[in-house]
Amino acid sequence: MAIKIIMPKLGESVVEGTVVNWLKKEGETVEEFESLLEVESAKVSTEIPSPASGILLKILVSAGTTVNAETVIGWIGEENEVIQETNDPSEPNLIVNKGDLLVEEKNVEQEVDYSAGRNVDLGFISPVVAKIAQEYKINLDQINGTGQGGRITKKDLTVFLESRKEKPQDPEKAAWETPGEGDLFRPTELQFPGKFVNPSEKKVQNQPGEIRKEENFSPSRASRVIPHTKRRKSIADHMVMSKHTSPHVTTVMEVDLIKVVSHRDEVKAMYVAQGAKLTFTAYFISAISQALTNFPIVNSSWSDEGIELKPDINIGMATSLGQAGLIVPVIRNADSLSLLGLARKINDLAERARNQKLKPDEVIGGSFTITNHGTSGSLFATPIINQPQCAILGVGAIQKRVTVINDAIAIRPMVYLSLTFDHRILDGASADGFLAKIVDILENWN
Amino acid sequence: MAEITMVEAIRDAMDEEMARDEDVFIVGEDVGQRGGVFRATIGLFDKYGESRVIDSPLAELSIVGVGIGAALYGLKPICEIQFADFIYPAFNQIISEASKMCYRTNGDWTVPMVIRAPYGGGIGGGLYHSQSIEAFFTHAPGLKVVVPSTPYDAKGLLKAAVRDPNPVLFLEPKKGYRLIKGDVPDGDFVVPIGPANISKTGQDITIIAYGMMHYYALQSATKLAEEGINAEVIDLRTLYPVDQETILNSVKKTGKALIVHEDNLTGGYGGEIAAIIAEHAFTFLDAPVRRLAGPDVPAVPFSHPMQDWFMLNEEKITNAARNLANY
Repeated sequence: MAIKIIMPKLGESVVEGTVVNWLKKEGETVEEFESLLEVESAKVSTEIPSPASGILLKILVSAGTTVNAETVIGWIGEENEVIQETNDPSEPNLIVNKGDLLVEEKNVEQEVDYSAGRNVDLGFISPVVAKIAQEYKINLDQINGTGQGGRITKKDLTVFLESRKEKPQDPEKAAWETPGEGDLFRPTELQFPGKFVNPSEKKVQNQPGEIRKEENFSPSRASRVIPHTKRRKSIADHMVMSKHTSPHVTTVMEVDLIKVVSHRDEVKAMYVAQGAKLTFTAYFISAISQALTNFPIVNSSWSDEGIELKPDINIGMATSLGQAGLIVPVIRNADSLSLLGLARKINDLAERARNQKLKPDEVIGGSFTITNHGTSGSLFATPIINQPQCAILGVGAIQKRVTVINDAIAIRPMVYLSLTFDHRILDGASADGFLAKIVDILENWN
Repeated sequence: MAEITMVEAIRDAMDEEMARDEDVFIVGEDVGQRGGVFRATIGLFDKYGESRVIDSPLAELSIVGVGIGAALYGLKPICEIQFADFIYPAFNQIISEASKMCYRTNGDWTVPMVIRAPYGGGIGGGLYHSQSIEAFFTHAPGLKVVVPSTPYDAKGLLKAAVRDPNPVLFLEPKKGYRLIKGDVPDGDFVVPIGPANISKTGQDITIIAYGMMHYYALQSATKLAEEGINAEVIDLRTLYPVDQETILNSVKKTGKALIVHEDNLTGGYGGEIAAIIAEHAFTFLDAPVRRLAGPDVPAVPFSHPMQDWFMLNEEKITNAARNLANY
């Protein structure tokens, strides 16, 4: 019997995924667990292994199309097998009308199913808000709540509905009311910038240091829009949300890494022999883990009920993907790993992050984040907190600097550590205490 | 048309009804020669004589009992309970006799009686001259309960009550007797028992009140309007049978309801209104239904600061309404 290929749930609270590319064509043979297609969600890109061995009978969702998680996106079976499009009522989510699936994303009407009560993302949804959202098929995520605790009020919805009404009412303009396109319809002074300068502007030009006004109009300088990738949009939303959520404060301390550097020089070769490339990041993550054990308050999240202390120390490691953006794989229970274990884990996650091979559950559940902005030369920075965590540590570039030790001038490998913390949870003194602990661990490494 | 006080409107209504129908008579403590302790019957003794304006003994059970008997005999008694606080000796007569008569006799006998009772605090009356009693009586089908909040409604509703074939408990907000003034047309008019009155329209929040609290609620609405909160104010006027339609239509529009009464909260009349809204307008609600009521203490205290603590006023209503509007 043919087997369904289903769009997986790509992480917590992710309800849809996009088919990026099918790695097999219809009719091709595929082995179980062999990579079958690439999918992308707001949080992660990944390859989906085949659920079974057989022939890829049918691709229902073509590349570039976004569908809800658990949608059937294709079928695998034996050659010439007829696909049974059953209507098994026990699996209502999985049986999806084929016609619906092939609709382009923008045409898919948002499934709206809100019920009154507490909502994780939106706060309290009142009965009337639930009803109106249902009635007018409004996705409540796009509405800015102005009620108590930011909840969406009936008024917010009414205002939104009115603004929505206005747009479609804009009547289509008659041909003669719309400006024509192409050079023929453009004013000559725009077509040939610099050739037609009117006298008043000439005067302006004569003033030294003045920028020529026409340059602003030059068509060659028209801005170009790079469409947002899902990841870019997701990063943007998260950054704005974070800045809106926590009062950010950054504190900076300097670390003399002489002991870390000499330790690393000592054991580096040995680690390589054991298959691990020892980076400074491993030292920093190790120091963070130890410091978090001493300052559990930093390993926390703010909630309205209270400060939620996390049971595990899971360190997120911001990893640049170049133009494509940034991803934060998580090292779980970092405090339980040895330096070697950390080094291995870091190598593995960084490698797979760059190759976009991270599994969805490897980018969630962090309790603290480290970002190594020093790799691009930055000395210190003011990183943005990775919500809902309490703090993030920025590591600057390690540089040999002149420093004073016992009233003598010495040259030491120095680094600035910038700790950005949620000022709701931590006060300056406690944040400094935590950061000083990290400094202490690194400076007295043994 | 003249601007008169609430108590004058009540007096006028009785005067006109007695002139119109000679079966109408008044019975109560000090209603005759004294003209009532609040002067609600002043001049009527001289005008209609001692057989139609009867000074009773200090026995409320007997005032209402006499009323029921006379009503069954075909007369139209207006029984005055000097302070609503004194009505309890007559509770049995009202609940077990008057309110059940029509039902019990399958409509053969009715009790066309009005019981007037000044209620409410804020007049320095202490424990036994300040009570709100409506919650005890709105639980008795067969008894209509009416509370006017304007001179116009007081006159029109009292006339309707006198003409009603069944018993009506007519509660008068005594603090408003002379405080509340309003234009009342000369001559005969009736305000039907039942319909509530939307005294101010608005779309942000519905404030539901009656009697003295309606007077304050209207003042609050003016204050709230200055802050940009447009409140709709409903004067219930009749508590039983209540005008569900007006309440529900308004709450469906605003999505927010604040119920205000002077009587203490627990088991108060507001709970019934809240239940009606929750039951029939749930999907229209944008906020919890809120009640603003007197505190759950045994009585309105005599000490003035304590009385102020107990009593609701414009400011307390405004605060509660603002809070709900901002929910």
